[in-house]
Amino acid sequence: MSQVHFPFPEEELLSTGHLGCQGCGAALAMRHVLKGLGEKTVVVIPACCWSIIAGPFPYSALRVPVLHTAFETAAASACGVRAALDCKGDRETTVMAWAGDGGTFDIGLQALSGAAERNENILYVCYDNEAYMNTGVQSSSATPWGAWTTTTPDYKKQSKKDIMRIMAAHGIPYAATASVAHPDDLVRKVQSARDIEGMRFLHVLAPCPPGWKIPSELAIKLARLAVQTRMFPLFEIEDGLRCRLSPVADPQPLEEYLRLQGRFSHLSERDVQHLQRMVDERWEQLENWAAREPVSTPAVPAKS
Amino acid sequence: MTTLSAQAKVMTGNHAVSHGALLSRVQVISAYPITPQTQVVERLGRFCEEGRLEARFIRVESEHSAMAALVGAATAGARTFTATSSQGLALMHEMLHWAAGARLPIVMANVNRALGPPWSVWTDQNDSLSQRDTGWMQIYCESNQEVLDSLIQAYRVAEKVSLPVMLVLDAFVLSHTAEPVSLPNQETVDCYLPPYQPEWKLDIADPRSFSGLTTPDTYMEFRFKMQEAMERALEEFEAADAEFQALFERRYGLVEAYRCEDAELILVTSSTATSTARVVIDELREQGRPIGLLKIRLFRPFPARQVLEALSTARKVAVLDRNIGFGAGGIFAQEVKAALYNHLQIPVFGFVAGLGGRDITPAVLREVIDYATDHAQPEDLVWIGGKP
Repeated sequence: MSQVHFPFPEEELLSTGHLGCQGCGAALAMRHVLKGLGEKTVVVIPACCWSIIAGPFPYSALRVPVLHTAFETAAASACGVRAALDCKGDRETTVMAWAGDGGTFDIGLQALSGAAERNENILYVCYDNEAYMNTGVQSSSATPWGAWTTTTPDYKKQSKKDIMRIMAAHGIPYAATASVAHPDDLVRKVQSARDIEGMRFLHVLAPCPPGWKIPSELAIKLARLAVQTRMFPLFEIEDGLRCRLSPVADPQPLEEYLRLQGRFSHLSERDVQHLQRMVDERWEQLENWAAREPVSTPAVPAKS
Repeated sequence: MTTLSAQAKVMTGNHAVSHGALLSRVQVISAYPITPQTQVVERLGRFCEEGRLEARFIRVESEHSAMAALVGAATAGARTFTATSSQGLALMHEMLHWAAGARLPIVMANVNRALGPPWSVWTDQNDSLSQRDTGWMQIYCESNQEVLDSLIQAYRVAEKVSLPVMLVLDAFVLSHTAEPVSLPNQETVDCYLPPYQPEWKLDIADPRSFSGLTTPDTYMEFRFKMQEAMERALEEFEAADAEFQALFERRYGLVEAYRCEDAELILVTSSTATSTARVVIDELREQGRPIGLLKIRLFRPFPARQVLEALSTARKVAVLDRNIGFGAGGIFAQEVKAALYNHLQIPVFGFVAGLGGRDITPAVLREVIDYATDHAQPEDLVWIGGKP
């Protein structure tokens, strides 16, 4: 059994009885993120899977205050909560916007960009299951090249939008990617983000068994493979300038990651090679960035 | 000649709004520029910079985000304010429903401006009236003094019934026109409007979930309670107005009947067209014509009982609409007809005038009155002041 490097918070702020599917990466992401943040947190949830997972009125699966709001408003509503808490002299409570990829990459991007430009003192977490899963697997701009969705019934012919570079271009103090398969790394990043003033952005890959067409017990394995294959690199960007990339000790080819998922089952060998080239190019760009503009403290390899 | 009191200032309607928000001690302001509203938030931004107003000003990237931010701030327990107009209000539409459905006492000023296309920056009421069924209360103002006073009253009622209020003023005719406005004393306003203390708010000591999923088993009760609150708001507006008079010696009523005693024909107006109508009514009264005027100030909740009472002695009613409900007619006319129908069977004439800022002159109003006088029964919707 692997040893966790630092004390992992035991407090559970996500209760049992939530409405996530079996193997839901989004539910696990919330559980770990709240462990990192603690109970002095207000959560703002726009339309997304979590509108359901949190439970219907009058129940709530979260032991922190929750504001449900409209699809494109996570960032803006969170800014409003922050402003009100500031007025009351509460600078300590973390205001977290918690949105899916549709609410972040697509419909909520304008409000997110506005909040980032103003360097609002909020934490914005995007749990990315790579499509509109709550409405039944429609393509979003976070859907990777080659993936089947109900609105890309052949396969998606555009690549995934690079939300991290978009956020970095705003020059925000902190942006990081994280994975539910690496909870130690995830919680460390959440705690780093929590203690920084200004706009913070976390991009968490959250596998969706029904949407990815995978058995629920493979959700964590696939989240881990996404990191090992460099399909989803783990990295942090400070002030939009300095980059720290978590090295992958034994990089795996994409084949197994793709083969295990029904949404990629139609890809030919040539398609896989094309996707591999895209993944390799992006990794190289990140490596160059991290070498050129390193973060002062060295990267910790994500354990597999 | 009237003299200005010591606290009176000459100010535009937009700045009357800013001063109303200042006196109401708003805590979170979130806004986006749009003509002809922009001066409202420019001045509020300056009040914040100068430290005259202890508020957070969120310089959002759209009106939609302006209202979304206020939804967050009000749910966290702050007194909130924004101002917009026309396209900006239309963009906010989704969040207007959210604010009202979440029972948040947000107050917003909307400067009535015609909607495009074609582009126009001048006044008419279609922007605010298009938001009729969002659950927002709506007050239509006639003067800059009424704008300032109504804004303070609006918070009082909004926080009593937990519903938002839209304060409406005409583009340019009020927004950019300076009039003497008496500024209420801050201490007296503080007595009238104590700090906002919501029963429920986002609170880490008492974590609760707001606006989550409801099933068919619960949703309808939320809507029933909104309607109940709207009905209660009619009494709260009366009470707020009466207490305002006791403290500040001004009151406005939900409606105002002007020279309606023994009137055979009553002209119904809203907003600044009312001031012009007063002059016309005075002239016609001097000529011995039995014409009265009813100003509708509160549009939502609709003061149906007060409208019925005011019109109960008339033989005919002429409603002037600076708006058009396409395929049905003027919107105030429809509302007046609905209020009367089960109680009073008299002809109600509907007139549309002044769209896109075309002036509603005394001549326009005389034409309305003459038409209604000369015809026994209304036929089609009548457009006044149009070009041949």
